[in-house]
Amino acid sequence: MTRFAGTDSYIATDDLKLAVNAAITLQRPLLVKGEPGTGKTMLAVEVAAALGRPLFQWHIKSTSKAQQGLYEYDAVSRLRDSQLGDTKVHDIANYIKKGPLWESFQSNAPAVVLIDEIDKADIEFPNDLLRELDRMEFYVYETQQLVRAAHRPAIIITSNNEKELPDAFLRRCFFHYIRFPDEETMRQIVDVHFPGLKKNLLKEALEVFFQIREVPGLKKKPSTSELLDWLKLLLAEDVPPETLRADSKAAIPPLYGALLKNEQDVHLFERLAFMARRTG
Amino acid sequence: MLVRLFFKLRAAKIPVSVTEFLTLLDALNHHLAHGSVDEFYYLARSALVKDETHYDKFDRVFGEYIKGIENVADLLLQEIPADWLRKEIERLLTDEEKERIKSLGGFEQLLETLRKRLEEQKERHQGGNKWIGTGGTSPFGAYGYNPEGIRIGQDSSRQRRGVKVWDAREYRNLDGTTELGTRNIKIALRRLRKFAREGAPEELDLDDTIKSTARNAGWLDIKMVPERHNAVKVLAFFDVGGSMDDHVRASEELFSAVRSEFKHLEYFYFHNFLYESVWRDNHRRYNERITLPQIMRTYGHDYKLVIVGDASMSPYEIFYRGGGIDHSNDEAGATWLQRMLDTYASAVWLNPEPEKHWEYTESIEIIRKMMSNRMYPMTLEGLDDGMRQLGRRQGMPKSVAPVALET
Repeated sequence: MTRFAGTDSYIATDDLKLAVNAAITLQRPLLVKGEPGTGKTMLAVEVAAALGRPLFQWHIKSTSKAQQGLYEYDAVSRLRDSQLGDTKVHDIANYIKKGPLWESFQSNAPAVVLIDEIDKADIEFPNDLLRELDRMEFYVYETQQLVRAAHRPAIIITSNNEKELPDAFLRRCFFHYIRFPDEETMRQIVDVHFPGLKKNLLKEALEVFFQIREVPGLKKKPSTSELLDWLKLLLAEDVPPETLRADSKAAIPPLYGALLKNEQDVHLFERLAFMARRTG
Repeated sequence: MLVRLFFKLRAAKIPVSVTEFLTLLDALNHHLAHGSVDEFYYLARSALVKDETHYDKFDRVFGEYIKGIENVADLLLQEIPADWLRKEIERLLTDEEKERIKSLGGFEQLLETLRKRLEEQKERHQGGNKWIGTGGTSPFGAYGYNPEGIRIGQDSSRQRRGVKVWDAREYRNLDGTTELGTRNIKIALRRLRKFAREGAPEELDLDDTIKSTARNAGWLDIKMVPERHNAVKVLAFFDVGGSMDDHVRASEELFSAVRSEFKHLEYFYFHNFLYESVWRDNHRRYNERITLPQIMRTYGHDYKLVIVGDASMSPYEIFYRGGGIDHSNDEAGATWLQRMLDTYASAVWLNPEPEKHWEYTESIEIIRKMMSNRMYPMTLEGLDDGMRQLGRRQGMPKSVAPVALET
């Protein structure tokens, strides 16, 4: 059994690795929560890449139904076809569209399935998937066909905590909460993304970054993905580390738009910077 | 083998089921955590705990389990406000026990020691090697207090490298529930959600109509569904501190129940009465405040307003400018409450004070009038009524004009 140990482009902490491996070994879904931008969605992509498995993604919206992950029966186009006298109308199977779960069940090798942001959907959504996730099989009523997974896929589910998930569902999952990385982990993450980054610039940038995260009252604290974007910009603009230092004391860091995504936050930050300049 | 851990977790009110426990054993069978306490800790956490708000509790139980010391599990109140503690003790102690405390140097002395210990614990805690523990078997042992002596703080086990992982208790801030077992209250709150699903008028279900018509081979088949307001939106305000200390427990129960019940729930804290600003995080109440106008701008009229407070205060705190208990407010609290009521037509005030005492407290009567009688006691029945009231689709409440008392 191959084990997940992070990849060249993804730093996984020990506890995350263990949770992923436990879920894969015991063939149970892994539920991942955490602050936005801590790499929940990326996890599935990286796990698939690391283990060389095909990946099937299912992004959940507020209108998503559990059924759509399995299959959909497109009755409307069948109606249209029947009025046009199309011959394929006689076979109902022509109008069954496979969902990501079905696809993954049919995959020749064990697959990885990402169910992204499961909390976006209706409260009943996870409950509707219990049997399918447990037994890895479902029944297609239209064609009287039982679909069973040839290889049980590894299922990674992400949640942003917008809704509580039902207990029955939680009991079947492994759970991992991705903490916001500490400075050491963050250094590793940045290193993976920008191997050639000047030491000084990185140090200064991380300091500024964690300072901004400490500002009370920010609506949306900058996250890892935003830090990476910002560093990209700093590199592109070739900002020397000294400006960063000078700026962090009294004013706004350059290109702060990459870090602060909310108009009120920018406003708040400018005000604080202004006050700091006046007192300092 | 791990049965003791399992029951300890359950005793600490972490919802662990047998299925999950068996999963853990299965995982161990597969040698997923072999020979490392750290790995076992991670594995156990990911198999048994499904909510990060329980991580902190888990850390504590696990640390204790590893050390093999019987305590802490029930000590889930990590930061105990002294005033509340004292009241709680006064309530629980028999006269005889009180006498004994006196002989030990009196309340002040004991509380002082306790406070010192708590502070000490807080500081050292960042180093991650201490926590509060109880040794007593007395009824107040659960609150970290024992008339025969306080036993707080204990040595870390230095030989275990891994201990620091859970001793660091990094998830403490996530612990939103200091009290569970709130089933009763949940049932009452559920009524609100249920209403939102049923009571509204029907509308045409276009998707289903098309589907049924198609299935019907082209014969029109109209389908109707109840209009759904899937998300009941609630703004909850909780009174903390002051005369509410007796009710802290009850409010927190309500709070932890309320959290899981709605799609949109915003909660805020205030002290005694609503003034121009409230706060979200009790630890940062002095530097992270949100103004009421900001709230009224941010959250639409369709939010339902739930205020939890004992409404017991001096009438000055309601009607006077500068009457606020911790600060000098520019506008009277009554003005602010009225503005909130004008913005949010659906509102109730839940009062943990027993209903039969209400008429003896002037401020309760005043606030009840301002709320147009929508004040309910915090009993199951009262909550039921309150939630039914919130569910009702209502016009603007009949407002009681703020009484001008200013001089």
